[in-house]
Parts: sequence; C-alpha cells; structure tokens
Amino acid sequence: MRLRDVGLLVLLVFLGWQVLYFAVGDVALRSPATTAQRLAAMLGDARFMPHLQETLLAFAQAFAIALGIGLAIGISLGAARLAGEVAEPILVALYSIPKVTLYPVILLIFGIGMPAKVAFGAIHGIVPISIFAMNAVRNINPVHLRTARIMQLGLFATTTKILVPAALPEIVTGIRVGFSLTLIGTLLGEMFGAQRGLGHLLMQAMSLHDIERILALTLLLVAFAAVVNAALLALDQRLHSRT
Amino acid sequence: MSRVGWIRVAVLSFLLISFELLCRAGVIPAFTVIAPSDMARSLWSILQSGKFTPDIRATLTNVALSIISACAAGIAAGTILQSLPPVRRVLDPLFATYYSIPLYAFYPLLIVALGLGDLPIVAIGFLLAVMAVIINTLNGLDRVPRVLLKAARVHRLGPLRTALKVRLPHAAPYIFTGFKLAVAYSFIGVIGAEFITSSRGIGYEISFAYNNFDNAVMYAMILLILVIVVTVNMSLHAWEQHLLARRRRAR
Repeated sequence: MRLRDVGLLVLLVFLGWQVLYFAVGDVALRSPATTAQRLAAMLGDARFMPHLQETLLAFAQAFAIALGIGLAIGISLGAARLAGEVAEPILVALYSIPKVTLYPVILLIFGIGMPAKVAFGAIHGIVPISIFAMNAVRNINPVHLRTARIMQLGLFATTTKILVPAALPEIVTGIRVGFSLTLIGTLLGEMFGAQRGLGHLLMQAMSLHDIERILALTLLLVAFAAVVNAALLALDQRLHSRT
Repeated sequence: MSRVGWIRVAVLSFLLISFELLCRAGVIPAFTVIAPSDMARSLWSILQSGKFTPDIRATLTNVALSIISACAAGIAAGTILQSLPPVRRVLDPLFATYYSIPLYAFYPLLIVALGLGDLPIVAIGFLLAVMAVIINTLNGLDRVPRVLLKAARVHRLGPLRTALKVRLPHAAPYIFTGFKLAVAYSFIGVIGAEFITSSRGIGYEISFAYNNFDNAVMYAMILLILVIVVTVNMSLHAWEQHLLARRRRAR
C-alpha cells in the first residue's frame, strides 16, 4: 500500500462525493466542503464533547473486553484440537447471525445505559477475534511446540514465549477485523435506547432529517475507522512479511 | 456422523437443557429471557396463525434481492477490476478498510435518496455483501494458472469468453466463499436496517415487540431468525462440500 495511491483514493472519494452532490442536490446530500465546515463547528462545540467521550469510553471498554475474552477463547480452542473442532462451526454460525436481533436481549439483561452498549459492542468483536486466534494457534509449526516441551517450559512460559509470538501476525489480522466490528456494534448499541453518544446523535439527526449533521458524524466515524484500520493494516503487513 | 459431530450435538444439547432448567427454576427471570421451549411454542403458534407471514415474506424477499444483486455486481466488478491492475492498486486500500466503515450510518441518507420503501433496506444489504463477493472473486481470479490462460489464447477465445469459460469456473470455489459471506451479510444488513426504521419485516417486528414488552413475540421472532440463518448456512456449507468433492473426483 503506497502513500500516493492512498492519497489518490481519498481524492477520488471526495471527487465522487462532490459529483454525487451535484447530481442529487440538497434534498439528500451536502457537499464535502459544507460537511467539513459543520464537522469543524461541531468539534468546537462544548455540548458535543460529552457525546464523543461517551462513545469513545464505551468503545474502549467494549474493545478491551472483546480482546480479552476473544483471545482467551481463541488461544485455548486453538491449543485443544478436539475442543476447537467441536466449537468452530458454532463460532462461524455465531458470526453470521444478525446480532442486532440480540440487542433487545442485551437491553433486558443490562438495562439502558453504558453496560448495554459495552456488552453489545463486545459481542460483535469476540467471535472474529477468537476465530482468527484459534486458526493462528492451530497453524503454529509443531516443531516450535516440541522445542518448548524439550526445554521444559511451563504453560505460562510456552504461551508467552512460543504461542503468542508465533501466532501474532494472524492474531493482529483478527484484532483488525474485531476492531471494526466492535466499533459498529457500539454505535448500533447507541442508536437504540441510549441518551448519549454519537449513535444517539445520529439517530436524533435521522428523525430530525438533519442531513448535514448525519453527514458530519458519518465523516467523523469513517475517518476514525479508516485511520485506525490503516495503522493496524500497516502493523499487520509488517508482521506478516517478517515471517 | 463423526465423533466430533456427536460431541458438538452433546455440548449444544447440554447448553440448551441447562438454559431451559435455569429459566424453569426462576434463576433467569421470565421478564428477561423466556425458556427456550416457550420460545418454540410461541413461534409455532405465530407461524400457524399467519399473523407475521407478510413480514417474513418481505424480509426474505429483501434478503434474496440483496444476495442476487450483490453477487451479480460483485462478480462483474471483480472480473473487470482484475483486468485493470492500476485501478485495482488505487482501490486496494478501500477494499482493506471497507468493513471498518459503519455502513449503517449511511442508512438515513439512503432513506432520503431512495424513499421509505424496501429499496434502502436492500441497498444496505447490498452494500454490506458486495465487497465480500468482489474481494473473493479477485482472490480466486488471481489463482488461475497461467497455462490455462495460454490455452485460452491458443484457442483464440475473446476476453469475455475467456472469463466465462476459463477464469470464472476456475475461481468458482473462491466465489462460492464470497457467496456464502454475501448470504450472511445480506441477512445482517437487511434485518439491521429493518430494526432501525422500517414499517415491516422480521427486524421491525422484533423492535416493535421489544417496545411493547411483548417477550413471547420478541423471542419467537429472534428464534425464527436464528433458525433461518443457521439452516441456510449449514445447507450452503453442505452444498459447498458436495461441490468440492465432485470437483476433486473430476480431476
């Protein structure tokens, strides 16, 4: 991925947006310039900050939980071959379920507020992270594990010195996928039954038909997701090329 | 069935039975989650009464439209992109970041642009599904052996016939993976969109039942979706295994 291509792509996206704006008009769209202005105004607004903080806090917690549980499930299922074979189709089925349908269940269990958002974000991230981690551990060269046994490493040392470093490239790929899905999950969680957060603002803008705000929020979210994803992708590619 | 399969059935039955017992014993209160047997009974009576048949039909139609359009557009776009390396190189970062974009954020704009009918719902499903098809089509086309393309050239096939007779058939297993993902993403997109704002469909009925504290209907519809999605996925998996086995025999 070269910098020039990325720049060209960003330029193309904005150009396409502008052309689309000329075609559709003010009814459904605003121009990139207007959107950027509105976003800048929003970021300067003191009333906006609590919402942003709320979403970032919810997302950070959800991602931490998804990471912890996902890696724990994935690594243990990868190490125990039989358990992994039993669980894999179940995990894949869980991945393909539309998780929005489970949102009312989460709300009934956790009640409206921060815990429900965090839980909803986390369930989006856990499954992909564990699937990638499981395959990563499974595909470790058996010679490495035999070496660990000969050197009489304990379970903890084997995990930290052999399993994690060898499986890291694939695990980072899983984390990248999990990051995106957790973000989407957290936002979806905020769109229904929340009083604060970017998702709530988005839902409010939808009912008020405030296109400018919808676009400004979308631009912010897409920019955030794209930047973090690009960083993780760069890390991903470096780790993969190392081995 | 294999040993692994039996263990899987045993584990799932154990989970289901303990879930049922926890509900029956009152550890999980009925206003939070109702017992699985009650969900099944409620679903059965709903299906028999035909009350939600139009919703179920609407959702399944939208999912089908989304799958068909995503596969057609995805395979076509993948085939064209594969023959234009410079364009593909510029678009590559977009492919890698596409699924980190919260696509639901575009749903309000799609409603404004496409109206309040089924079109924006299908569009969300399509947008989610199409990229999986494009990526897997490209992945498959990249693996067509050179010798087959040379053979096509020797037989003087044009670009279109080369694509239809050589490239796409060879890439078929990868495209099938894309198809499976398209099915899953179409369900996710359509039901999610129905959930946000819509006036019918399974997703709408779930959110409506939730807002009315109607747990019997809500859990029945959730169960219905889980059953449909899992059944469809398992049949696709079985079909894929069958196709792969036939392909191996043919060699």
